[in-house]
Amino acid sequence: MHSGTEANTVAGQQHRTPGPDRKTRSRRARGVVGFGHWWWALPGVLVVLAIHYVATGVGGFFAFTNWTGIGSFQLVGLANFQKILGDPSKILALGNTLFLAFGSVVIVNIVGLAIALALNRTLKSRYILRVLFFMPVVLSPLAVSYIWKFIFDFNGPINAILKSVGLESWQKSWLGDPTFAIWAVLIVIVWQQTGFAMVIYLAGLAGVPTEVEEAAAIDGTTLWQRFWHVTLPAIRPAVAISTTLGIVNGLRVFDQIMALTNGGPAGATETLATQVYKQAFSLANFGYGAALALILSAIILVFAVIQQRVTRGTES
Amino acid sequence: MFRYTSGSLIREIGVWILAIVFLLPFYFLISMALKPDAEVYTTSSLALPLNPTFNNFSSLFVASGQSNILLGLMNSIIITAGSIFGLIILGSLTGYVIARSTRRWGKATYYLFLIAIVLPAQLGAVPLYIGARTIGLTGSVWGMIFLYTGMLLPLAIFLYAGFLRGLGTEYEEAASIDGASRWQVFFRIVFPLLAPATGTVAILCGLIVWNDFFTALIFLGGSANQTLPVSMYYFIGSLVSKWNVIFAIVIVSMIPILAFYLFAQKRFIQGFAGGLKG
Repeated sequence: MHSGTEANTVAGQQHRTPGPDRKTRSRRARGVVGFGHWWWALPGVLVVLAIHYVATGVGGFFAFTNWTGIGSFQLVGLANFQKILGDPSKILALGNTLFLAFGSVVIVNIVGLAIALALNRTLKSRYILRVLFFMPVVLSPLAVSYIWKFIFDFNGPINAILKSVGLESWQKSWLGDPTFAIWAVLIVIVWQQTGFAMVIYLAGLAGVPTEVEEAAAIDGTTLWQRFWHVTLPAIRPAVAISTTLGIVNGLRVFDQIMALTNGGPAGATETLATQVYKQAFSLANFGYGAALALILSAIILVFAVIQQRVTRGTES
Repeated sequence: MFRYTSGSLIREIGVWILAIVFLLPFYFLISMALKPDAEVYTTSSLALPLNPTFNNFSSLFVASGQSNILLGLMNSIIITAGSIFGLIILGSLTGYVIARSTRRWGKATYYLFLIAIVLPAQLGAVPLYIGARTIGLTGSVWGMIFLYTGMLLPLAIFLYAGFLRGLGTEYEEAASIDGASRWQVFFRIVFPLLAPATGTVAILCGLIVWNDFFTALIFLGGSANQTLPVSMYYFIGSLVSKWNVIFAIVIVSMIPILAFYLFAQKRFIQGFAGGLKG
């Protein structure tokens, strides 16, 4: 094998001396230089096929069965989906999922962009501030949620602050309040994700040429006009990446709910991801849980496709 | 030299105030973790501890069974390191073959991995769990390393292939003409050139594995090989409002990743900003 490669190389070189021929060169690049063997990719392809495609396909199949995880099962058609659509608690979980995904994306991106604009270029301590604002991103959502669980606790800092400014009547157990609990979850997600959006926008802003902004400034535009007509169009790819990643991740919210409220009070903060876990793994309703997972997956895939369209649209 | 104008000074002060408010949760975290039991409810949650103590931390080291934090820490380190190793080996090899392939299947395989990145894990989790249970891989460190490697492989391949496309083939051709075998070309020439991509793969994938709760809860919950987030979840579930102990656990769980982050913050931030752009 080895000597054969050498012999071919020599032959190729001899062949080349009369004059560079495009065809032989490309054959040499492919057949002789040989960038690896095709079977190097085989383990990776097989693992991905098994863990992603086969598993997802089988999961999709279970969505149409009444399997409990053990023993036999029957095909039940669309019964699982009818049950989901007829159950107000599942509709609430769907609504919460969408609320958390879109709510967090809107706030995270506005605040993240504002911080990125403030830190961009002219600020002296921008490097240390960037490190500080990004810090929550690397922490586990579970650990972060426990800190906030205390902050929202009845004996926690929020109520202590309210008490110190004389608003004792506003005190409450924030996570135990059915209307406020979902907002509390939203705050935790926003706090953790803002640094991520900021970093994406800082990278986008670094690519905006200063000359264009300066030229616009000389032309007498206001700060807002410059942002709206110069900066924002230039960072559109960053907006697309940040918002779509935020939505795809926001739709999967699980850790924060498990740590903060476990879905309570009275199911007010359940999401599709927590319901998938509870139905499939705690209550052994594998088929029903798979049907919920299929709905969640379909929603995520729709937004992933939109992401592809949007990013491609901004490139051209 | 840097000079403040009145505008930039106001902006700087404003951003610092925002940063301090933003970081207040860390103040509550540290302050509470240092309070002795007697002060948890008698002192204001805004106040610093009167008699700071490290007892909450030392109490973690005697806990055993499902809620053993140190064991969880060990398992997390082993599983994260093993997954990163597997992702670097499989990811670089597969990414290399795909990025350099001129044939049609190379492109098709690339899309196979691209779609797998966005394919949500929730639907596959159920059959994967059944499969792993059947062959006895639930609750096992090796099973978990294999699972994470497979789950994050599309992302690793995507990062490697993207990096390789921007890398010329001159070095490989030169080495090949000098008589290096394909394995030698890959391990002596290509792999060292891939170092920046390897760093991004290690940071992004390592962070996802280290912080993962959903998969670890399903596959390791209740076993002796629980990772840190799972043992933290069970431990805290057994503590009713003992915030000082809970926060000691939270701090212990955060120290490794925070130390790593502050040590290599530039690589972290670049990895996130550049790696996910694709």
